[in-house]
Amino acid sequence: MSYAIEEYEVVVVGAGVAGLAAIGAAGSLGAIVRATDPRPEVADQVRSLGGDYLAIESPDVEVSATGYAKEMGVDYQALEAQLYAEQCRDVDIIITTALIPGRPAPRIISAEMVASMQSGSVIVDMAAANGGNVEGTVKDQAIVTENGVTIIGYTDLAARLAAQASQLYGTNLVNLMKLMTPDKDGQLVLDFEDVVQRSMTVVREGESTWPPPPVSVSAAPAAAPMKAVSTTESPTKQPLPPGRRLRIVFGLAATVFVLVAISPPALQVHLTVFALAIVIGYYVIGHVHHALHTPLMSVTNAISGIIVVGALLQIGQGDGVITALSFVAILVASINVFGGFAVTRRMLGMFSRS
Amino acid sequence: MDLDIATVAQAAYLVSALLFILALAGLSKHETAKVGNTFGIAGMALALVATIALAIDRDIESVGLVLLVGAMLAGAAVGLWRARVVEMTGMPELIALLHSFVGLAAVLVGWNGYLHVERHADDAEAAALRAEDLFSIHSAEVFIGVFIGAVTFTGSIVAFLKLSARIKSKPMVLPGKNALNIGAVVLFMAFTVWFVADPQLWLLIAVTLLALLLGWHLVASIGGGDMPVVVSMLNSYSGWAAAASGFLLGNDLLIITGALVGSSGAYLSYIMCRAMNRSFISVIAGGFGIEAGPGDEQDHGEHREITADGVAELLASADSVVIAPGYGMAVAQAQYGVAELSRKLRERGVEVRFGIHPVAGRLPGHMNVLLAEAKVPYDIVLEMDEINDDFDDTAVVLVIGANDTVNPAATEDPGSPIAGMPVLRVWEADDIVVFKRSMAAGYAGVANPLFYRDNAAMLFGDAKERVEDILHAL
Repeated sequence: MSYAIEEYEVVVVGAGVAGLAAIGAAGSLGAIVRATDPRPEVADQVRSLGGDYLAIESPDVEVSATGYAKEMGVDYQALEAQLYAEQCRDVDIIITTALIPGRPAPRIISAEMVASMQSGSVIVDMAAANGGNVEGTVKDQAIVTENGVTIIGYTDLAARLAAQASQLYGTNLVNLMKLMTPDKDGQLVLDFEDVVQRSMTVVREGESTWPPPPVSVSAAPAAAPMKAVSTTESPTKQPLPPGRRLRIVFGLAATVFVLVAISPPALQVHLTVFALAIVIGYYVIGHVHHALHTPLMSVTNAISGIIVVGALLQIGQGDGVITALSFVAILVASINVFGGFAVTRRMLGMFSRS
Repeated sequence: MDLDIATVAQAAYLVSALLFILALAGLSKHETAKVGNTFGIAGMALALVATIALAIDRDIESVGLVLLVGAMLAGAAVGLWRARVVEMTGMPELIALLHSFVGLAAVLVGWNGYLHVERHADDAEAAALRAEDLFSIHSAEVFIGVFIGAVTFTGSIVAFLKLSARIKSKPMVLPGKNALNIGAVVLFMAFTVWFVADPQLWLLIAVTLLALLLGWHLVASIGGGDMPVVVSMLNSYSGWAAAASGFLLGNDLLIITGALVGSSGAYLSYIMCRAMNRSFISVIAGGFGIEAGPGDEQDHGEHREITADGVAELLASADSVVIAPGYGMAVAQAQYGVAELSRKLRERGVEVRFGIHPVAGRLPGHMNVLLAEAKVPYDIVLEMDEINDDFDDTAVVLVIGANDTVNPAATEDPGSPIAGMPVLRVWEADDIVVFKRSMAAGYAGVANPLFYRDNAAMLFGDAKERVEDILHAL
């Protein structure tokens, strides 16, 4: 039997902490989730959890300055009622989480709406302790209405998830302790610059510090980043303007020409080889795969050990000092040759495809 | 047809040179790289055999031959041993040390050239060269070879010491350091002219000392974070030193090889500089080129923290993950854990890829070998340019041990010291987790606004331990 609830429709009223968690949980079980909230800025949060945000177009709607909802006007409430009346006919589960600090919970779902719901539907009224969002909620009980709708009005939801609740509460306390003991030495430091500590404090050193200054909260996305670095200074170098390029190439060509022209014939051969080798080097190295740059460095070290050839021809040719110096040169160059190729081989052996 | 050892040796040298070129060409793809390395070994073996034969043909003394074999065996033993035991985190130091050996060998070969020819300016060798107008050129070649070799030698030693943390990686800033460097080069050129006219021993000693000092000073005044460029630069110098030795010995194989290695190092230095959006000169001039400005006064806001369990949750529900490692990951030795993590995620069908910034690590391509050592398959390890456009389709990015390479200030803040530097645009992804030991700034001392973004969360602690925690939680 599948425990997925695909094709079940869930409406979540209020996209605060509880509402968003409900959206996420229902969504991950495969339900089609819709959510409402008088704060328009939560639309993105709802969507990020896979739910649909149902907007209510009304002049009352404004971005929350405190992060909490406020009591909405008559106009909004009328439109809201209309929306829910429509939703109730088809929906399977409603979870209401609408609370306003310091006021009774708003009545969102009327008895009529409940009556229009299909038999077997479930409503979870999480505001039961503050009067309930649903008409017909019985505090502390789960009742079934005449038309077969279950309304859960428990007020001790936290206690029913004792372990979870304790863990969450405990985490909050730990974080609070961390915040208030910044030197990690168990000494309480009350920092009134910190908005959390300021808002929690009622009395300090005999003085009443209540009420705290209002907190401004923004759920809006971060302000657009500062204008990007002007494109005229783009890091990818533009190709040099043609005039400049011509001048550089001609300059180099002239230098090479003069250098070789004044050289004795034997040197000219070597200069030719040198020039061509540089060109080959430029093109070959340009094709080396970026992931292989370190093996490139070790293999070039290995081949530059070819300098040992010079020392090999200098050693034991009659001069003691030269032989001694050559000995050292051969030794260190051999380290390069053998070590370089060996470490390259080892590195290349490490690469594997998936 | 006159077949003597000398001509046969020439033929061998040409074949060796071609094999060396093939060795480098083989590195264009993973599939051809190993064979390429074998070509290189073959080319080297051929050259060595031909040269020893040539030496014997030139009546090398028995003592000399014994010393020759002894030196080669000793060098081989040391080289093979180090190659076998080095860990990939220790590669930069090893490469630097190997460069110093090439420099040292070039200096010694140059000195030998002097002792053989200029020292005995009235002997047969010198006379033969004079006949072909090559004597002065030989002197110049000796001088230049010794100079470049000595600069490479001490420069690489300093690089080795910095990379292995045996000395501080902070740049040593002497007053007028640029003047000192330029002055040294000017002095060198003056000495060269003098030496060519009158090859005196003391001039050679002087230039050797001058170059040793210059090499030391040049690298000591560059900060540890610029090491990728410095090591590439020294790679290049070692090539030119070999080429200079080739000129003085009249050996085309040395010239060709030196040119190949020199170009290779130059190209790598160029890529590194472009990846940092700094000019080569500014790196050589040491430090950041710009005064590190006063600490960023901007209030960036609060950063969010996350736990290992939270990250595991994020990863469990992600469909695509990109990991952006930096040198910090290698320092923490977390690459094995990260490899295990990527394996686990891939088994669950999550698309995992790695995004490597060109200057991540202490060597070009360093992160790639570190990941290869940890058995991460190379086809999921991508270059910055290959993956930068995919970040906005990515669900989760794990930034491990990287800081400046993922700093949005580079693209958004024209006043930042790293403005214009190409970076990995990790902030375009849905969620970013930054592994960091603390909120301290990175190498450049530049604050990183990435940490304060809404979609970013910090995971504090030792990267290796955190990765293991995540693995347990998954």
